[in-house]
Amino acid sequence: MKLILLKDTDGKKEEAVFQEKILAEMKKENVQGKWQVVRVADMGIYNKGVAVKILPEGFTYTGLSLDDIPALVRTSIKEGRELGEKSYGLKDKQVKIVLRNCGRIDPENIESYLESGGYQGLKKVLLELKPEQAIEELKESGLRGRGGGGFPVWMKWQFARKPESAEKFIICNGDEGDPGAYMDRSVLEGDPHSVLEGMLTAGYLVGANKGYFYIRAEYPLAITRVQNAVEQARAYGLLGENILGSGFSFEVDIRLGAGAFVCGEETALIASVEGKRGYPSPRPPYPSVKGLWGKPTVINNVETLANIPVVFSRGGKWFSSIGSPTAKGTKVFALTGKIKNSGLVEVPMGITLREIIYDIGGGMLNSYDIKAVQTGGPSGGVISREYLDTPVDYENLQKLGSIMGSGGMIVIDESDCMVDLAKFYMNFCVDESCGKCAPCRIGTTQMLEYLDSVSKGKAREDDLPRLKKVAMAVKKASLCGLGQTSPNPVLSTLRYFEEEYLEHIREGKCRAGKCKDLLQYSILQDQCRKCGLCYRNCPVNAITGNNKQGYIIEREKCIKCGNCFDVCKFEAISRG
Amino acid sequence: MITANINGIPVHVRKGTSILEAARKININIPALCKHPDLDATAACGICVVKNNGGGKLLRSCCTPLEAGMNIVTHDDELQEIRKTVLELILSNHPEDCLQCARNNNCELQKMAADFGIRSNPLHRINKGIAPDISTKSINLVPDKCILCGRCINVCQNIQNVWALSFLERGIKTRISAAGDINLADSPCIKCGQCSAHCPTGAIAEYDETSRTWKALYDTEKYCVVQIAPAVRVAIGEAFGYPEGENLTGKLYAALRKLGFKAVFDTSFGADLTVMEEATEFAQRFVNKTGPLPLITSCCPSWVDFMEKYYSDMIEHFSTAKSPQSMVGVLSKTYYAQENKIDPAKMFMVSVMPCTAKKYEITRSEDMFASGYQDIDVSLTTRELARMIKQAGINFEGLPAEEPDHILGDYTGAGVIFGATGGVMEAALRTAHFFVTGENAGIMDFESVRGLKGVKETTVDIAGNKIKVAIAHGIGNVEYVLNKIQQARDEKKELPYHFVEVMACPGGCVGGGGQPYGVTDRLRVSRAKGLYLDDIKQDYHYAHENPYIKKVYDDFLGKPLSEKSHKLLHTVYTPRPLYRR
Repeated sequence: MKLILLKDTDGKKEEAVFQEKILAEMKKENVQGKWQVVRVADMGIYNKGVAVKILPEGFTYTGLSLDDIPALVRTSIKEGRELGEKSYGLKDKQVKIVLRNCGRIDPENIESYLESGGYQGLKKVLLELKPEQAIEELKESGLRGRGGGGFPVWMKWQFARKPESAEKFIICNGDEGDPGAYMDRSVLEGDPHSVLEGMLTAGYLVGANKGYFYIRAEYPLAITRVQNAVEQARAYGLLGENILGSGFSFEVDIRLGAGAFVCGEETALIASVEGKRGYPSPRPPYPSVKGLWGKPTVINNVETLANIPVVFSRGGKWFSSIGSPTAKGTKVFALTGKIKNSGLVEVPMGITLREIIYDIGGGMLNSYDIKAVQTGGPSGGVISREYLDTPVDYENLQKLGSIMGSGGMIVIDESDCMVDLAKFYMNFCVDESCGKCAPCRIGTTQMLEYLDSVSKGKAREDDLPRLKKVAMAVKKASLCGLGQTSPNPVLSTLRYFEEEYLEHIREGKCRAGKCKDLLQYSILQDQCRKCGLCYRNCPVNAITGNNKQGYIIEREKCIKCGNCFDVCKFEAISRG
Repeated sequence: MITANINGIPVHVRKGTSILEAARKININIPALCKHPDLDATAACGICVVKNNGGGKLLRSCCTPLEAGMNIVTHDDELQEIRKTVLELILSNHPEDCLQCARNNNCELQKMAADFGIRSNPLHRINKGIAPDISTKSINLVPDKCILCGRCINVCQNIQNVWALSFLERGIKTRISAAGDINLADSPCIKCGQCSAHCPTGAIAEYDETSRTWKALYDTEKYCVVQIAPAVRVAIGEAFGYPEGENLTGKLYAALRKLGFKAVFDTSFGADLTVMEEATEFAQRFVNKTGPLPLITSCCPSWVDFMEKYYSDMIEHFSTAKSPQSMVGVLSKTYYAQENKIDPAKMFMVSVMPCTAKKYEITRSEDMFASGYQDIDVSLTTRELARMIKQAGINFEGLPAEEPDHILGDYTGAGVIFGATGGVMEAALRTAHFFVTGENAGIMDFESVRGLKGVKETTVDIAGNKIKVAIAHGIGNVEYVLNKIQQARDEKKELPYHFVEVMACPGGCVGGGGQPYGVTDRLRVSRAKGLYLDDIKQDYHYAHENPYIKKVYDDFLGKPLSEKSHKLLHTVYTPRPLYRR
């Protein structure tokens, strides 16, 4: 069977019209063979108009209009050739392991997953390998956790495997909370069975008979699809008693995250599953020894679990052939910011930032130069452009003062202010600090106060060492990973861009023009044609005058919204 | 046993010992704000961080077990700097009103700031601005002063099993509150005050009644009388620099007279009277089957409140005898007033208790007005009395010992041991033994009911009758005992116990929520020891031998469980909802 995947990546939902047109054209062209036109939820392409992907060839077209369809159907569907001009030819450097099935199979149909080789890894583990061999295989693969910590997966499983316990648990962490990150969502929505298969494999090897999907409640489609996958797996004997005749039994339940970022932290997540307030607890004891309800528990992130079936179906050796010396396999990044092609990308570990940004992301969006890359979400940091040739893996990013995190990647250009950026992330950390431990609870608020005063030109130079001192204390003394990494946006921007902070403080200047309080708007009388457009668009009547004498901006009234600047047709408003 | 190094000093400790505890063994104190010896570590403050093997991630010494081969550094320049910054962070979010605080001069945060030499705080002030909750009139919740160490919640949920307190909201807005953001008075709170006893700051403290007391004392129209509870005498010394557990009864009587009280009574007398009523009640239920067994003690108001809220199906098991405080209260405005020809309307009865819930008890039902007036006008905690003595300029140390006022002041050793867990049981068994056999048991015959074990179960022999008793202290330990009773009742099996004593606070009243701060098991033991020594010192060790007990029955009450006793000394219980709207 051949597939034609269809998606309006601008979110205008025009798929239906295009589907009809394609079907009509195919009829007209009398296309032979078994074809199916599928409207998919996600294709890994964004803001590129209507996109079509033809499988198995993998021809991908974007920015299609209805007029393109006849040629497309004739060339690519009927004759099996690629149509040059609308081709979306960027995927070269990507390697799809985690996203292997996303957009390729019908996520609501287990048959579709089975056809793509699904549950073969589990079958191998259950029926062919001894558990020790399987752990060895996992060890050979070099797979490390994708949730941020990068802990070797085999080791985590081994720790939980060891203790004797009547009950053990597997938890799939789907509480994806980083702003802008949606790889877990895409996997849960696009390939739920691969995650389930990963959990089953973990359950068997660890000796657990119960698993929990912890999915954030804001992902209703993911929840429905996981539910559906669970039911189908049960109907196929892949879940429940005596799976595939192996004697292994496993059940899963779904728990919904109620919107706290900290619940992505494993000990807080466990508390939440237990029905308690989502507060992290000290480790040790680690969950693999004493986790959910005090029992040995393995918690793996969605992306990690989606790797598991591949590790076993294709072998640990194959898996370890991809990646860098210390990090094997691939990583999915949510690439966004001032870049041409934003979206989910899956790249082998060890690829450079430059390759991701220019070869996959298509380079900078506007005419501005690249300034930095922010990785790792709110707990991450910025990496200045001098380090674009750094191979991406856990250790390298950490050395540069950032983290891999769950895989957010935001490209920053010269029109972005680093103080403003740090403030944005610190705001997030303040909102999401659970409040349990003092360094994070109060430290994030203090850091935000400092950033806020810098951005308003109210800070003094000796505030910077204080800010650093607080940041270090929060980093060192916070209880959980969220707290420990929350100063990263501050520390990393200070590390690479301290002069921008100093500019704000000493000169009251924000070179990117983002810090509103530092801006001054005025009317360049030479340029002004006295049209009155600014006067009419000022929301607070800060512009006075008339079309005879001209206009002026009253600074004390101005709220620096920038309306006048935007509406002026003669570049007669100065901002700086 | 494991061996590791702390600051280069080898240390051998049991496996599982925290780094903090291990360091203490070699005289290194790692500062910490949230850890309390009674409670599991929650790792909330972030002050106690230490280094292992020269760096990497810092470890929280309160909750990280020392492991073999560790090389811990507890103090260096970086750690000092981090600790100080964390402390500054906490202070930046804490009101700077030490001088107006209930914990002024007695606050763990204040002490740490002093120890760290904090002279200014460069950080921004982050004020909370949360209204206090004084609804219970027993304990005040002042969230503004809270450093969110979580001790109160830990003790409320895990030691007391009450679940009245919880954290609300998150991040910088996190605060303590009655669960569900209601008034504490409308919550399941039993006013035991263990939250306040464990609070490191002034965020939870007793509802202060000293001004009302001063006003009454200076009111010439008023005839002020006072009673002091057993546990107060062995704890108040801590406020004046005495050794732990020192018995200061005589000085207390003297100090109370100096404060202006016209008569000084002792709640231990009330305890003797409670024993008479309760032992009679027990003997009647045991011998004549006049009511269900086991009989459960009811002198602890927090326990009564808990039972009425959580186990109201046990009401019929409760002794109807009022608490010693209430008995002295009602007798002062009836019997004492009558004997001394004082107008009870002008009397002002103050009780000094180790307890915050006694403030609640004095108006808990209309039975607390049995004299025709409010039997007890004000209940003070040990802490409040200590402050009053200091404020009055009384040189406590120099006071000569005095005697209590008769007819409600003389007590036996049986009455005074009420202040320790097991004491009520022991005192009652001594008298029950006499009631059954006509002879006194030895004063150490029922020693097995003493000690700090959470639930003490034992069988005592009284003239061939095997009496099964249980003693629980700390409400969290009650569930085990009650479940056993309920199960036997439901399955119509043999009773697991005949007589049960419950005290809400760990250690009994000596560990009460109104006692001087800083209680630990060591202190509970020392205070209890002070009471047991008082027992030995007394001329009488049996409630029924107290001449003034005999006198009150002869002159006023008739006999135990008489009609008059019932009217004045007994009460009824009523189911109460966990949450009141």
